[in-house]
Amino acid sequence: MKILVPVKRVVDPYAKVRPLPDGSGLDLGNVKFEINPFDEIAVEEAVRQKEKDPSVEITVVSIGTAECEDQLRKALAIGADKAILIETTAVFDSPGIAGELAELAKELSPDIILMGKQATDDDCNQAAQMLAAKLDWPQATFASKVVLSGQSASVTRETDSGEETLQLPLPAVITSDLRLNEPRYIALPGIIKARSKPLDRRPAKTSPSPKTRIAFMETPAARSAGRKIANVDELLSALKERGAL
Amino acid sequence: MSRLLLIAFQGHEAEQLSGFAQKLGLPYDVLSLDSKAALDLGADLVIQVALSDIPPADGLAKGLQPIVAPYSHIAAVSNMATKDVLARLAGLCDGSMVTDAVDLDSPTLFKRPMVAGSVIATVKVLALPVFLTVRPAGFPKPAKQGTSQTSQVSLVLKSKASRIDSTSRGGARPDLSQAKVVVSGGRPLKDAATFEQVIGGLADQLGGAVGATRAAVDSGIAPNELQVGQTGKIVAPDLYIAAGISGSTQHMAGIKDSKTIVAINKDPDAPIFEFADLGLVADLYQAIPELREKLGK
Ligand SMILES: Cc1cc2nc3c(=O)[nH]c(=O)nc-3n(C[C@H](O)[C@H](O)[C@H](O)COP(=O)(O)OP(=O)(O)OC[C@H]3O[C@@H](n4cnc5c(N)ncnc54)[C@H](O)[C@@H]3O)c2cc1C
Repeated sequence: MKILVPVKRVVDPYAKVRPLPDGSGLDLGNVKFEINPFDEIAVEEAVRQKEKDPSVEITVVSIGTAECEDQLRKALAIGADKAILIETTAVFDSPGIAGELAELAKELSPDIILMGKQATDDDCNQAAQMLAAKLDWPQATFASKVVLSGQSASVTRETDSGEETLQLPLPAVITSDLRLNEPRYIALPGIIKARSKPLDRRPAKTSPSPKTRIAFMETPAARSAGRKIANVDELLSALKERGAL
Repeated sequence: MSRLLLIAFQGHEAEQLSGFAQKLGLPYDVLSLDSKAALDLGADLVIQVALSDIPPADGLAKGLQPIVAPYSHIAAVSNMATKDVLARLAGLCDGSMVTDAVDLDSPTLFKRPMVAGSVIATVKVLALPVFLTVRPAGFPKPAKQGTSQTSQVSLVLKSKASRIDSTSRGGARPDLSQAKVVVSGGRPLKDAATFEQVIGGLADQLGGAVGATRAAVDSGIAPNELQVGQTGKIVAPDLYIAAGISGSTQHMAGIKDSKTIVAINKDPDAPIFEFADLGLVADLYQAIPELREKLGK
């Protein structure tokens, strides 16, 4: 059983980020970068499957600059077996990422591609579904539970009104939601130890022709600062005054 | 030829999408998956498909592909079901996609939030067709106009995935993403029974929906479909009451379009007070019962 987990390097999801004054991009001056939290959940899930079934082999892949090695090392420290860094400075949008990953899938023939449901920087929630479409594989997005048996996966996924369970023949694409698992804590020594695991650097197979481009970034209109109120009586009269009741 | 197709998974979504359609300014049709879309929303044609059940995304996307083929723009209300299917459809049609459109400047320039709502990006569409999920709150109420023609089609639906179980918890309360009043609770609500009694009780008294933070959902206090925020539901009620919620960026990303935000939090320095129109520094276990009693008078 082969599981491929794509991971994205994103700006620290807990940092406050702003656009540059000229709107050309994000002000990344003093911020840290992390593995996209949903991708970390996906890596953790793959590792838990491997703990149940030692025949599982986990490859993690990142598409981006040489610095993505940090996030791949973290994924290796969580327990992935090997990493591929598709090194590029080009801008890939979601269709571009899906196209590049489809090429890799043809080469590696994984049984499952396990991805984060969205990246916390662009919040797009597109690449996995586009990839599944290109490969003509079934998909289960927003997974909160994954059970593998033989050549199928049973995936419980969150929906707008509750949850449902899908049975997927493999190969398939699955995306993680927050409640799939809680990733283990990896201390620095663990990451250093993961340096001995194989990491293959290679160029992209596709040249991106973006279908969308971010033309401008701005800070959203701020809500006008409110006021503190002293007690429930004042709250009630303020609500009535605003016509909110 | 530029033409827009609105996909309404449920009838009422056609109306939610029509404000977007009218602002976009292209001629448009509606694909109504439950055949319940209204006919006075300015669409030329309402294509009716009576699906008793929405099939898994792989089959649905394939079934929809021939219907969307003539259109340059294809849009649906932004939610989990539409993100699942539209992105797959975009992949099948080799199209572009804009998730969570909140505004537009032209048929190829759309605004959308990113980085948990910290940034509004203007996205230039370079390739058609473009698939959009739309947050209706950002667009004006549609003008009711005309009478649409109708046509009936049936979809060829064959999924590799099969649904073996499903739980839908709606209940009697209004739909969270459309409610006029939302009462939400966070981590300090202890357990499911307390959450239901305190938050659910106030919501019912106000005829509102119930929401929750990720912390409340993760700890089993509230069911997953109530999560509001960056990675949960987006709400835009007239009144949002946040009780025992700190005001994380991720949570605020889901409530920014609320008209009035009330925060009840016992910590005067909680970040939510920077966003709340009305902030009450109080223990929610005292404030909410008092509020309910005085509301009842
Ligand atoms: C990738 C990612 C995605 C996320 N997506 C979401 C999302 O979609 N939605 C979301 O909500 N979060 C999301 N989060 C989590 C978010 O960062 C916060 O952890 C979460 O919103 C905090 O929930 P909370 O306010 O209930 O809990 P806390 O932050 O623990 O706040 C509890 C508050 O309750 C107050 N309090 C305690 N007792 C009382 C009392 N008796 N009376 C009154 N006040 C009291 C405290 O003062 C405190 O301010 C996400 C995080 C990540 C990393």
